Amino acid sequence: MSVSRFWRKQVNRYNLIGTHCSECDEYYYPPRNMCPTCRRDGKLEPYKFDGDGEIVTFTIIHTAAEGFEHQTPYVLAIVKLDKGPSLTSQIVADPAKMKIGMRVKPVFRKLGEGSDRGMIYYGTKFIPA
Amino acid sequence: MRDVAIIGVKNTNFGEMWERSLRDIFVEAGVGALKDAGVAGENIGAMYVGNMSSGQFVDQEHVGALIADYSGLARNLHVPATRVEAACASGGLALRQGIMAVASGYEDIVVAAGVEKMTDISSSSASTALAAAADREWEGIMGATFPGLYAMIAKMHMDKYGTTSEQLAEVAIKNHFNGSMNPIAQYKNKISVEAVLRSIMVADPLHIFDCSPISDGASALVLAPADIAHKYTDTPIYIKATAQASDTIALHDRRDITTLDATVFAAKNAYKMAKLTPADIDLVEVHDCFTIAEICAIEDLGFAKKGQGGKVTQEGETAIGGRIPVNTSGGLKACGHPVGATGIKQAVEITQQLRGEAGKRQVDGAEIGMTHNVGGSGATAVIHILSRNR
Ligand SMILES: CC(C)(COP(=O)(O)OP(=O)(O)OC[C@H]1O[C@@H](n2cnc3c(N)ncnc32)[C@H](O)[C@@H]1OP(=O)(O)O)[C@@H](O)C(=O)NCCC(=O)NCCS
Ligand SMILES: [Zn+2]
Repeated sequence: MSVSRFWRKQVNRYNLIGTHCSECDEYYYPPRNMCPTCRRDGKLEPYKFDGDGEIVTFTIIHTAAEGFEHQTPYVLAIVKLDKGPSLTSQIVADPAKMKIGMRVKPVFRKLGEGSDRGMIYYGTKFIPA
Repeated sequence: MRDVAIIGVKNTNFGEMWERSLRDIFVEAGVGALKDAGVAGENIGAMYVGNMSSGQFVDQEHVGALIADYSGLARNLHVPATRVEAACASGGLALRQGIMAVASGYEDIVVAAGVEKMTDISSSSASTALAAAADREWEGIMGATFPGLYAMIAKMHMDKYGTTSEQLAEVAIKNHFNGSMNPIAQYKNKISVEAVLRSIMVADPLHIFDCSPISDGASALVLAPADIAHKYTDTPIYIKATAQASDTIALHDRRDITTLDATVFAAKNAYKMAKLTPADIDLVEVHDCFTIAEICAIEDLGFAKKGQGGKVTQEGETAIGGRIPVNTSGGLKACGHPVGATGIKQAVEITQQLRGEAGKRQVDGAEIGMTHNVGGSGATAVIHILSRNR
């Protein structure tokens, strides 16, 4: 996977910066340039999430995506942040202890290596809170 | 708007065909469908070709023109050919484009087809290519795979409704059983619950036997205005509805992880257009890219209450001879899933069933059938209702 294409939103991935619409008071992560509810009438501003949240659902990946082979088995989950939006991330935890509804908090980690030129990239994973 | 009918159909064999190229398999399907319809190249007004990712799978883009050329429709006849893409729903969208072209009166005879050649690259590269159907920047980058996304749907379905691994396995068992009666199917072996549960874990709780495979294959059909369909065939199959809907590209943004709102919305429109209800449908081909996907589909299409999809499957209601036979072709699971071809293959299967030509898998007295084709983890859904009667 050529991750190098996705450098534009690196800062958002490092710092969990999404968007808040002050028109409808909804929070978005990943960040958006257009509020899906208010569309052109939305008033968007960057918003930094503290990252506290809970597990909506998860899986333990045994057959990895390219570039993630050395990490198997790894836990992939949808995390619902307390402010509202949900995101997809890896959970650094014992797969056997994973539970839906479990509280988690963010950590800054290496995400993986791009298949192109072995580039390492970083972002936010989560751990049990 | 004009009524539209299917007058000819053809599937190639599905599976790994290392000795045959993308254009080889497409030409077999296209020529077969034209022959079935008794239509000559000179009659064709346009072609629509569903293809998800020949760029990634065989390093070839501009597939519409390529296929028109190798089907003998380009150099002298200059038939316009349009590639249509919506990930695994590309075929269903090609059918919908073809129907709209004929219904509008712009074209008379139209070929709607789909093709994918997935086995020329390693299966891990194919998985990476398929992951482009999800949100690469916010799902793929975190290590999400397609089996992984559907596994998260399954996990939540189990948690919320008590669906079991055995119930998931029953979907695969039924579809392998149906596939064993389909000459074109990739897998014709019957499997047991134990075999599914013992098979390699891909993304918990989905085993390899919960997954559709990586496949090569092509499917084609010929559309005509209903008013002239009888010129070509004694059993035209009429399009009663075509509907399509979108949802968020990423699974994490959905209203409910266990419901494909795009399916619900498209189904609502399809039933309304056809003036029918789920009880009127005699059989359905649903998008079972993973066993959990079939369970969600029969719920979201109105054939089972939300949460009951696993239970009705286990009770045999979706088997041939049951209340609502699902995936008589073997589905994506056993028939195979050459992604761009799948949506067309579903319509070919329903056409053969409604004509009474489905051999050992024939559903007795089938009059009305449905196809349900999904792109990604549910960002696109396209539904068609087909009938023997106009
Ligand atoms: C499940 C999956 C990862 C397996 O790939 P893999 O681990 O590389 O498997 P291999 O190709 O090495 O096959 C190993 C064996 O299992 C069999 N096999 C592979 N996939 C299978 C499947 N889905 N069902 C049944 N058997 C399967 C192969 O035929 C092979 O059998 P053999 O050893 O007798 O020849 C792959 O099929 C996959 O990614 N499927 C999902 C496709 C997808 O996401 N489609 C889009 C959905 S919207
Ligand atoms: Zn807003």
